[in-house]
Amino acid sequence: MPSEPNPEINHVLEFPGGYTRSTGPVIGRFLTELRAGRIVGVRTAAGKVLVPPLEYDPATGEPTLTTPERTAPARDPVLSHDFVEVGPAGTVREWTWVGEPRKNHPLDRPFAWALIRLDAAHTSLVHAVDAGTVKAMRTGMRVWPRWRHDRVGSITDVECFVPEVTTIVANVRTEYTVTPGAALARYLDALTREVFLAGRCPTCDGVYVPYRLSCPQCGSVIEEELEVGPAGTVTTFAINNLPDPRAPQVPFVSAYILLDGADTPIIALLAEVPPERVTEGLRVRAVFEGGTVKWFAPEREA
Amino acid sequence: MGNRCAVIGVGQTHYTTRRRDVSMAGLVREAALRALEDAGLTFADIDAVVVGKAPDLFEGVMMPEAYLADALGAAGKPMTRVHTAGSVGGSTALVGASLIQGGVHDRVLVVAYEKQSESNATWALTTHLPFTSSLVVGAGGYFAPHIREYMRRSGAPDHIGTLVAVKDRLNAVKNPYAHLRIPGIDRAMVESTPMLWEPIRYLETCPSSDGACAIVLSSERAVTGTPAWVHGGAMRSEPIFRAGRDTVSPQAGIDCAADVYRQAGVTDPRRDLDVAEVYVPFSWYEPMWLENLGFCGVNEGWKLTEAGATALDGDIPWNASGGVLSSNPIGASGLIRFAEAALQVRGMAGEHQVEGARRALGHAYGGGAQFFAMWIVGAEKP
Repeated sequence: MPSEPNPEINHVLEFPGGYTRSTGPVIGRFLTELRAGRIVGVRTAAGKVLVPPLEYDPATGEPTLTTPERTAPARDPVLSHDFVEVGPAGTVREWTWVGEPRKNHPLDRPFAWALIRLDAAHTSLVHAVDAGTVKAMRTGMRVWPRWRHDRVGSITDVECFVPEVTTIVANVRTEYTVTPGAALARYLDALTREVFLAGRCPTCDGVYVPYRLSCPQCGSVIEEELEVGPAGTVTTFAINNLPDPRAPQVPFVSAYILLDGADTPIIALLAEVPPERVTEGLRVRAVFEGGTVKWFAPEREA
Repeated sequence: MGNRCAVIGVGQTHYTTRRRDVSMAGLVREAALRALEDAGLTFADIDAVVVGKAPDLFEGVMMPEAYLADALGAAGKPMTRVHTAGSVGGSTALVGASLIQGGVHDRVLVVAYEKQSESNATWALTTHLPFTSSLVVGAGGYFAPHIREYMRRSGAPDHIGTLVAVKDRLNAVKNPYAHLRIPGIDRAMVESTPMLWEPIRYLETCPSSDGACAIVLSSERAVTGTPAWVHGGAMRSEPIFRAGRDTVSPQAGIDCAADVYRQAGVTDPRRDLDVAEVYVPFSWYEPMWLENLGFCGVNEGWKLTEAGATALDGDIPWNASGGVLSSNPIGASGLIRFAEAALQVRGMAGEHQVEGARRALGHAYGGGAQFFAMWIVGAEKP
């Protein structure tokens, strides 16, 4: 008795060498033009351009060739009365997405089967569209053929169609060597000692922090240095619900902090307090880490 | 103020999220051709071109004015680029006007644009420069604290910002060029949207738009069509960090308004003007600028908004076009304000026309509320 009642057997039936087909004058011309990197249709008696071409007009049954044609491509620029160069671009009329291509599919990545109406044609051609993602597909989109380098006279001489070029990516990157400048260098150096260095304008009497060499209001040279902070008062703030790499989490508070003794606020991260507990007038103090200000935090009761 | 100057043509693109069908050159040309058509002119009639846009880092195109010269018919003509951050559209119009007022040219084409779909403004405004820990996230992150301070000072109720967000979007429904057109928008809809930068909600924020605006400016002898006469123009700036700076009502804005009112003979803007197009990218900036521009006393701005004075049927409509809250191609936004003011006094604003408007204010501000540009245009010669 057989141990397996219903065995599976793989069986191949393949005609040796493949069948030979005569193309006839119309399809032959189409394939020959494909090999040359062109797409042609045939014009019917009613003036319709069929692509891919047919030997006999489906509307009337009459031959689409009206004159004894040369079947080889014409050398002259005018193709002939019956053959019309179309495309190479076209418009997608209908499409369906193939998310998981099979072995015999023309592309090994997700693609669309599409009905493409090539420019100057009256009928549509089925072909693959390599659009990358289904989001890039839409009815009415413009597509162009991607030709194979080595063509043999087959519809697959067009590997697939691809969307028109409508956008490009322009990479912009600049790289500089920067130095903080004399004033800011002094300010940053003071921060490593956990000191906020400020300067007083001799004319307006305003105290500026960070320390700077000239007054932004009147232009006077600032010579007097003084220390301000590290405690201060929140003048106003925003609760940010958009992430920022410099903030530990969302939401985070960016606050204007008027350091004690200064006349200009600095904008800094405010932490160690829930955002809803922050108020204007809140007393805060700088928290230093690694030689700079990590953030500000509410001042603890003495 | 020099020689008389008039706006004789206005052209706008339809503001939208993405204009994938055109390049930047195609975008500005579309607006320029519409402005020329409005004036009944061609590029051949233009003596000089002035272009404005926001920082180059937005789209990453360096010196875009050089690239745009041929699209704007500027070959063989003087071409200038203006750059004053968000106020640039207004400044661009004023630079163009100065070329007429100074007697240098008879006709100047002024164009401003932004293609935000090919830009990232928040990124460009949040570049983390070395040696500073200043923590600002985009324009909203910068302006939210100043709005909070206004709310505290004025005691304005929380819903005022919502009222502006609704009013400007309802106006936008009447403007075919507006980007955000949300029929049926109401307070509940605005209040249901999340806080981005508290106290700024999503729908209290301007959109990101692609678009361009163009105007044709003319000397008195070269006027064609319907002119809007420039009655005054002014620009002011102030340092962003100076001791004692009032970031809620910047001195530069107060001074700029005083200058433009003096030129135009305006003593009471609420009474003397018929309509105002004011740069309000976040809803709360309407009451803030009402005060800064002297339409009311300090801490009173929100009361005008609440009473409906700034609505399309109010006694002093603000942003009949829908304003920046409804369309924001950043570099163009200031010029759109100036152009809409001109459309109003020309009687060509269509469905959002303020009946009988004779004098209008166009306003723009930029940077950390540190650059201001304003003009007043009128139906009569100054």
